[in-house]
Amino acid sequence: MDAVKKIVRDFPAFLWGGWGAIAAIFLFIAAWDVGNQFYGDMILPSPLDTFANLLKLFEDEAFLQNLSITVDRALVGFALSMGVGTALGLLAGFFVTASITSRPIVTILMGMPPIAWIVLAMIWFGMGDATVEFTVFVASMPIVFIGALQGTRTLEDKFEEMADTFRVPWTMKFTDIYIPHIFSYIFPAWVSALGMAWKIVVMAELLATSDGIGAQLALARSQLDTETALALVVVMVGLLMVVEYIFLEPIKREVEKWRD
Amino acid sequence: MARLKVENLTFSFGYQTILEDISFELKEGEVLSVVGPSGGGKTTLLRLCAGLLDRQEGTIENSFATQAIAFQDPRLLPWLDVLDNIAFGLKARGVPKAERLEKAREIALRFDLEEEDFDKFPKELSGGMSQRVSFARALVTRPDLLFLDEPFSALDIGLKRELQNHVIELIESKEITIFFITHDLMEAIRLSDKILLLEPDPGRIVETFAFDLPQKERTDEWVYTQTARLLAHPKIIETFELELK
Ligand SMILES: Nc1ncnc2c1ncn2[C@@H]1O[C@H](COP(=O)(O)OP(=O)(O)O)[C@@H](O)[C@H]1O
Ligand SMILES: [Mg+2]
Repeated sequence: MDAVKKIVRDFPAFLWGGWGAIAAIFLFIAAWDVGNQFYGDMILPSPLDTFANLLKLFEDEAFLQNLSITVDRALVGFALSMGVGTALGLLAGFFVTASITSRPIVTILMGMPPIAWIVLAMIWFGMGDATVEFTVFVASMPIVFIGALQGTRTLEDKFEEMADTFRVPWTMKFTDIYIPHIFSYIFPAWVSALGMAWKIVVMAELLATSDGIGAQLALARSQLDTETALALVVVMVGLLMVVEYIFLEPIKREVEKWRD
Repeated sequence: MARLKVENLTFSFGYQTILEDISFELKEGEVLSVVGPSGGGKTTLLRLCAGLLDRQEGTIENSFATQAIAFQDPRLLPWLDVLDNIAFGLKARGVPKAERLEKAREIALRFDLEEEDFDKFPKELSGGMSQRVSFARALVTRPDLLFLDEPFSALDIGLKRELQNHVIELIESKEITIFFITHDLMEAIRLSDKILLLEPDPGRIVETFAFDLPQKERTDEWVYTQTARLLAHPKIIETFELELK
């Protein structure tokens, strides 16, 4: 509870610290505008047109429908990878044998290109929600798994020994020794996994479904509607940035602030 | 009367014998110091007495109801601030939050930690500050038996003296029994009723020195005289490999 209060209290200072990031974004938009003047509206619509288009998108019923479908799929896949990845990672961390057996499996999962998963999932699950959700899940799960595994493997015996001298009950060992340490590894892994989920969901939709942002992007491409395509990209990037920087980053800072 | 009684204790890590045939007794209200060069097995002996290592040969009888340890490395939990670290042992005993923080605050001030340091994390503390926090964490639980493993090694002379005086007050009021490890002979002489000299490879007790004068009455002069006497003792010269002209 204290941590939540602290996050809220520090929030204005955190936002104020964001000026640098905002300046960088404006710089990027300026470069984009230069690109537009160079290549023309067909190849790279201007930022102004794109943002105008984006506003129109948010009045469009079909787009909002697609957006909500995509968010749903990403969240289902992410929630699965968060749950399964965390549970398996903790298990592998606490049991040496599990840790040794899981290592090559994780290497395979990490090395497998997401596009290969999409193809396999299309064969296994057909065209639809399950394919997208599965792809999101397998692509982001290893990230969570490795975070949980490392958090558990790096627990230090000396703290446990210290706790034993104070006859710390095992419940308190969990809340005061294991969880703070492990969580400082797992939380950043969750954040990376969410980013991964968001990227993969669009890619999977583009190839495997007829609805969602990815499918809308595919449609825009086939109609050579660069303006809409670009506006969709901006929506995807913008949403992720808002979630990451406005919600997750302050929590991450609080969770990790005791670290060197 | 509670006591810590060790008899014919021998201990090895693998094939390396660390401690050989150690026997001593620490009675309630006493201060027992173990001095010896580093790597001699002092910390290992402490961990055995505190029940953190499994005994191999010999017997250890420890009948104190409560105990606490200030480890050589302070072992502060990096995610807790100074006050929460000090209050950690109290939390384990179920002391309510407000009460344990109040006690932690009190002892922190007595140990010369500043109010502004209270919400710092261990990574922001100096070595001496960490040692004081660790010592405070052990002491605040008011243990019957207190294990101290070179607790003052990173402190400057003034602070060291202050904490030693604090220990002397505890001894004077007979509130505590202390098992004290140090490589500082003068410190051992100032604080202990009995000093065990541990010679390394393998660790054996080669000499025991006893001091009857109450700690409160030990003047600097007395301490210097005793230190000089011990430094000239053949066993001490041999153990610490002192080169005397
Ligand atoms: N966990 C351990 N495993 C193996 N050897 C150890 C372990 N702990 C200490 N030792 C060895 O035991 C010897 C005594 O160490 P220690 O008790 O820490 O000495 P001191 O505290 O007197 O400096 C050293 O040689 C050290 O390398
Ligand atoms: Mg030691």
